[in-house]
Amino acid sequence: MRRALVSGVGQSAVGKLPDSTCMGLHQQVAAEAIDDAGLAWDDIDGVLCAYSFTEPHMMLSSVFCELAGLQPTYTAALQVGGASACIMAITAAALVESGQCRHVLCVTGDNRLTGMAPGQAAATLAGFGHPVFEQPYGSTIPASYALVATRYMHEYGLTSEQLAAIATTARAHAALHPLAHRRTPITIADVLGSAMIATPLHLLDCCPVSDGAAAVVISDGAASRDLPHPAVTIAGSGQGHTHEHVFAAPSLTDFGCKRAASLALSRAGLTVADIDVAEIYDSFTITLAVELESMGFFERGEAGQAAARGDLTFGGRLPCNTHGGLLSFGHSGAAGGMFHLVEAVRQLRGEGGDRQVAGARTAFVHGDGGVLSAHASIVLAT
Amino acid sequence: MSAHDPVATFEQACDAGKLAYQQCAHCERVQAYPRTHCAHCHRAALRWKTSAGRGTLVSHTTVHRAASPAFQQRAPYVLALVDVDEGFRLMMNIEPVRPLAIGEVVEIGFANDAEGRARLRGSVR
Repeated sequence: MRRALVSGVGQSAVGKLPDSTCMGLHQQVAAEAIDDAGLAWDDIDGVLCAYSFTEPHMMLSSVFCELAGLQPTYTAALQVGGASACIMAITAAALVESGQCRHVLCVTGDNRLTGMAPGQAAATLAGFGHPVFEQPYGSTIPASYALVATRYMHEYGLTSEQLAAIATTARAHAALHPLAHRRTPITIADVLGSAMIATPLHLLDCCPVSDGAAAVVISDGAASRDLPHPAVTIAGSGQGHTHEHVFAAPSLTDFGCKRAASLALSRAGLTVADIDVAEIYDSFTITLAVELESMGFFERGEAGQAAARGDLTFGGRLPCNTHGGLLSFGHSGAAGGMFHLVEAVRQLRGEGGDRQVAGARTAFVHGDGGVLSAHASIVLAT
Repeated sequence: MSAHDPVATFEQACDAGKLAYQQCAHCERVQAYPRTHCAHCHRAALRWKTSAGRGTLVSHTTVHRAASPAFQQRAPYVLALVDVDEGFRLMMNIEPVRPLAIGEVVEIGFANDAEGRARLRGSVR
């Protein structure tokens, strides 16, 4: 069988990019990823895009291909919220493994911080709530995750201090990444003292809104013998989908990440104990706590304590979100999830610099869309 | 919304002071929220019933940062998930008269929103 590789990665600076445009960011990171793979634009025969708030076109991949002067034999725009990046890579892998494409460009980006009026990105996100059963009650994305957090604290004894340790860990990692949006170190007290958004989530429990973009090229291993970098293979992937709206979630403590991770790990022939580095969707501190425990990396009620103990940082049990995650590296829509994938590839290539996890051979990447609604996991290996 | 939209039927029942829900005539399962087809056996055999309007608090949050100016005027407000006794879950606002406790009984009534539409309003004893 053909094996899918991540042959190239690219990412822009993240944060306030007032001179950027959404599609300009797309082109910038696409060029970087194609160059990184040692390919030419003409080698790209598949193109996957996601979605953008500032370029809300219904056919974003066609718009991108037109702008970039590409005429691929396969293209589509996928929209699965924060799971989009992982699902794009999974789809690209299926395209090369089935022989339909040789090199698939997966490109994401948005300038939703400077390209929209202040507060408009959060208002647009609130539109994800059900128009009759959620929005009339003032639901927001942070409030929906706060409902999960309140229940989780009730069932498993998770505390605000433990959640804060997840935020401080992410910030410490972002301080080591020159492209990160938020790099100034923060303390537990800073998190607990930051503005309350929706109890129990403070401002620093929430990821920022950022401009930024990222891309990967997924290639057929047989067509990529002369890669400039060590080959990073997609060893396994899986998805789990249980609901869209939080009021319709079958559980507030168990989510589709459990199934996604289980499928990805079993297809890779690995268990959670075999993972050297994890890049896991962390839109809020509670997101990461729930996912780490639901997927089996930690026992119930342990992830927050693990963060406080340093288990999620370099030298710890599971170095996690080594670039700073959405919480501090930044969140640029679908590109937010792509940052996790790019960082995993850099770790496995040994390109992590000051944030390199020594000897990393396996990486686990996870994306979550909606309110812990759509989940996709990928296991990468060298 | 069309007259055949089950969500519109739900909203009209709310305007009449009734909490409507659906049960499948084929598999007898209750729907989490109104649909045209049963989410369990997928048949179009759903029948409307009226809830007694009582449930259990599943989770809650006090929202300090709303997503629109209209809701920001109301902040802080309580957003709650309630398991209604008949077997389905709904989101609603609860008037914050005292600290809430997960698992406590919630009585479900209605209050008009700015557009005059009846919305769910939970209350605790």
